[in-house]
Amino acid sequence: MEYLALLKHIFVSNGRYMYILKGLNFSVGVTLLAAVIGVVVGVLIALLRLSNKAFLEKISIVYVDLIRGTPAVVQLMILANIIFVGNLRNTPILIVAGLAFGLNSAAYVAEIIRAGIQGLDKGQMEAARSLGMSYSLAMKEIIIPQAIKKIMPALVSEFITLLKETSIVGFIGGVDLLRSANIITSQTYRGVEPLIAVGIIYLILTSIFTKLMRQVEGRMKNSD
Amino acid sequence: MIKVVDLHKYFGDLEVLKGIDKEIKKGEVVAIIGPSGSGKSTFLRCLNLLEKPTKGQVFIEGENLVDKSVDINSLRQRVGMVFQHFNLFPHKTVLENLILSPMKVKGTSDADAKLIAMRLLKKVGLVDKANEYPNRLSGGQKQRIAIARALAMEPHVMLFDEPTSALDPEMVKEVLDVMRDLAKEGMTMLIVTHEMGFAKNVANRVFFMDHGTILEDAPPLDLFNNPKHARTKEFLDKVLNH
Repeated sequence: MEYLALLKHIFVSNGRYMYILKGLNFSVGVTLLAAVIGVVVGVLIALLRLSNKAFLEKISIVYVDLIRGTPAVVQLMILANIIFVGNLRNTPILIVAGLAFGLNSAAYVAEIIRAGIQGLDKGQMEAARSLGMSYSLAMKEIIIPQAIKKIMPALVSEFITLLKETSIVGFIGGVDLLRSANIITSQTYRGVEPLIAVGIIYLILTSIFTKLMRQVEGRMKNSD
Repeated sequence: MIKVVDLHKYFGDLEVLKGIDKEIKKGEVVAIIGPSGSGKSTFLRCLNLLEKPTKGQVFIEGENLVDKSVDINSLRQRVGMVFQHFNLFPHKTVLENLILSPMKVKGTSDADAKLIAMRLLKKVGLVDKANEYPNRLSGGQKQRIAIARALAMEPHVMLFDEPTSALDPEMVKEVLDVMRDLAKEGMTMLIVTHEMGFAKNVANRVFFMDHGTILEDAPPLDLFNNPKHARTKEFLDKVLNH
């Protein structure tokens, strides 16, 4: 009973749960924004990689190597402290963070898409072309629908990683789930409970993602 | 119908086809035999530009495949191809496999495409599989569907790249029977095959390929009974007498 009162003190008094709700809102917002940017830019990078033009392929390879070869927190801080300065100083942190995580995620998304398309049996493209389909029609009707099935699980897992990775946004002053736990700790001198609470919220969010993924996979099974 | 002039193909430094000159007339059924690595499949794949000839010319009904101005997609509609590994589209039903290209490429109406598809399924004896997905079919059934799919484009020539090599032995006949019917109807066919009995009985010309050239080109009885080249003889000894 005493512990319940303590929990109530930590999370409910002075409306402290609002920090967590706002943090949750921020984390989910950054993740969604980054996911959209990641998919759009990722598709573009993957297209460059698959273009069969040496120069464009090179751009794509350099981009992926650069992003994968440096820590996300360094990329985040470079974007916030070196690029978004001067006239851009007042850009909302949500936007800066969404862009940073989105550009980061794009490299991984591009690799997932590339692997999905290149992993298909090349006989599929040959069969489509031998029936008179153009390259783009073959991609649309034959390659992409099959590649998506291979790509989806890896893509969802990338979004799960993305959601968890946004927890470093505190480095540039974003108040996300993790920061909200820190704030509550600083007001209540209780370090354990806020962190556990935040951990549970992350777990719930990722479980929802995972569940969605399994449903999608199940639905796509019928033609395998 | 098909004319090949001085066809060469390199993979890197390796010369796979070393100058092939051939003419194939309408209605001819040509079996292409020879040891593996002799360039049989590459030759066949050059005829619909799945491989790009390094040098030389390929004319299909008078149009030069190698010419950049040729509309390769429209040309491929006239040249059907059947692959060793079937290459059916696994995310589409049998019927969808058959109607996709006629509708999207030729602009055939849904009703007409289905009519043609059902007629072809009847021909290959698989009407009851129209709504199945390919993974529910046996190898022999898959290959018969692949033949029907190629025929749905109403091609003038059919290329077969080892159509029975990936099949269990008991399924070879059902596929060869379909091909035999097709030959009887007068379809121009080029068949890369290891089925010597089929080559002997159905083809009216046999090419023996070795090291990137067509070493011998003769009617099947001549080629099988009186091979002119020592290499042909050696090859036939190996495949026939074991």
